[in-house]
Amino acid sequence: MTVNARPYLEARAQKGLWASSKFMVLRRISQVAFLALFLSGPLFGIWIAKGTLASSMTLGVLPLTDPFIVLQSLAARHWPEALSATGAAIVLVGYLVFGGRTYCSWVCPVNPVTDLAAWLRRRLGITFTAKIRPELRLYFVGAVLAASMLSGSVAWELINPVTALHRALVFGVWFGAGGAVAIFLFDLLVAKHGWCGHLCPVGAFYGQIGRVALLRVTADNRAACNDCMDCFAVCPEPQVISPALKGERTGAGPVITAGDCTVCGACIDVCSKQVFHLGLRSRNAAHPLPSTTAPAPAARVISSQPAVLERDLS
Amino acid sequence: MSDSAKGIPRDPRRRKALQDMTRLGGGAAVAATMLTAFGVSSRARPAQALRPPGALPERDFLAACVRCGLCVRDCPYDTLRLSDWADGPAVGTPFFVARNVPCEMCDNIPCVKACPTGALDHALTDIAKAKMGVAVITSRETCLNLQGLRCDVCYRVCPAIDKAITLELSHNARTTKHAIFEPVVHAEYCTGCGKCEKSCVLTDAAIKVLPIEIAALKQDEHYKRGWEEKKKAGGALVDAPLKLPVRRPEAGGFP
Ligand code: SF4
Ligand code: SF4
Ligand code: SF4
Ligand code: SF4
Repeated sequence: MTVNARPYLEARAQKGLWASSKFMVLRRISQVAFLALFLSGPLFGIWIAKGTLASSMTLGVLPLTDPFIVLQSLAARHWPEALSATGAAIVLVGYLVFGGRTYCSWVCPVNPVTDLAAWLRRRLGITFTAKIRPELRLYFVGAVLAASMLSGSVAWELINPVTALHRALVFGVWFGAGGAVAIFLFDLLVAKHGWCGHLCPVGAFYGQIGRVALLRVTADNRAACNDCMDCFAVCPEPQVISPALKGERTGAGPVITAGDCTVCGACIDVCSKQVFHLGLRSRNAAHPLPSTTAPAPAARVISSQPAVLERDLS
Repeated sequence: MSDSAKGIPRDPRRRKALQDMTRLGGGAAVAATMLTAFGVSSRARPAQALRPPGALPERDFLAACVRCGLCVRDCPYDTLRLSDWADGPAVGTPFFVARNVPCEMCDNIPCVKACPTGALDHALTDIAKAKMGVAVITSRETCLNLQGLRCDVCYRVCPAIDKAITLELSHNARTTKHAIFEPVVHAEYCTGCGKCEKSCVLTDAAIKVLPIEIAALKQDEHYKRGWEEKKKAGGALVDAPLKLPVRRPEAGGFP
């Protein structure tokens, strides 16, 4: 497959600049806004959110805590105070509604870094990529929890480049930003979507929430797909698209159910045929299986992710 | 080894899946081992890095603190900082260096109240009971008071004056006619706030606050103080004075 260096051109020509970059712009606004909430205090003395993404207090009433960090703390045998337990519960419920890895594409400060690396990769035509299995990050989640248990410390936070970057930006502890530079170079030169797509246990954890989260991207207009492959070129987790987009063949619904989808909306932006939309997971139920009209090929019924299997066996 | 050997699944899909699991699992095991080692080594922290009031013992603290910085934000004196890679304590955790900015021992202890996880123990409500560390005269040879001068600065600035630091009078053997006023720290009352270390007039402070683990405050159980035991028992512990053998050379006491 040839790499499409400028996948957005067609969509821009057909839908206009706004419709073909809407989600990218909204995400950047969201990312900047989340930083601004934390920075308005130290910079201008207007305190909105205190703390960091690990745990914060907004306007003195709303506690928010990263559930993955609380989980590590529990593994290290510390029973958290009510405040951080409440905060973790709120965040958990929030992402159960708003899509799991929406954290990755709408909040996480590393996302602009990896997006930039991916964009540069396309533009510079870098096709080399080290082969890392995307499942590795799930194993890393296990490794992090095991290390927390064995060392009795919140283990991932000792090296987590995500919170380190946030601390660097919000508290000015600048060495922490070094990890983000390493991620940028890794994503650009070593592996495509290397960090977020293969290694980061934080994303992998939120991906597990994403498997059941309410808000999803759906390929509900998939009949209009003209196989231009632009969505595959921009999606940070391209393996999640085909089960839904090409689901007609397997009897799968049009909703991207895979937890790895970051609900970034890049596919919505880039598609000139308006195949993708934001929607609820329940839309899959609303679409009756097309099995009455086109019987699903028997061999494919085995797996809900035929694309992954095909790649495995090749 | 042929495919039909025992234990190797014939189905290529299952074999591939098993291979993958072994390879990824191996990678994860290596990662877990390295991270565990790093987690254990992170318990070491520089002696001058003190934890905020109410901090759990270092091991428990590292299991509890999520590195959110809420304690840092609510400290009105900018005493606390979050650790950067170059600072020494586990990265992202709050600490202070007494010689730079000591703890002012706020009555309402805002840092503890802000902590969402309990890494700073909410049971601490009286700041006088804090144990951030313990002051120790680390340099008897330079402390001005111990040279027979009257500096007294550490004593004067101590928020628990006459309890945490007292001046103990002794004879100045050098001049033979003056006194020495030795600053003595009483760990029971010292909170480790660091005001004394901060104020020491010497270029290198002669009094320093050390983390409790380093200052080692526990008396071994088996060392009993006769005079205290006597008081507890309300009288002598043995009925009659013991008769001890006389050990003199002429009595054959020495070989
Ligand atoms: S499927 Fe679409 S929304 Fe999901 S990660 Fe890929 S590009 Fe983003
Ligand atoms: S007691 Fe006051 S001065 Fe001391 S660390 Fe806490 S907030 Fe800061
Ligand atoms: S408020 Fe508590 S959890 Fe947060 S950094 Fe301070 S000690 Fe750690
Ligand atoms: S650290 Fe120094 S000033 Fe603070 S209570 Fe102890 S002896 Fe007093």
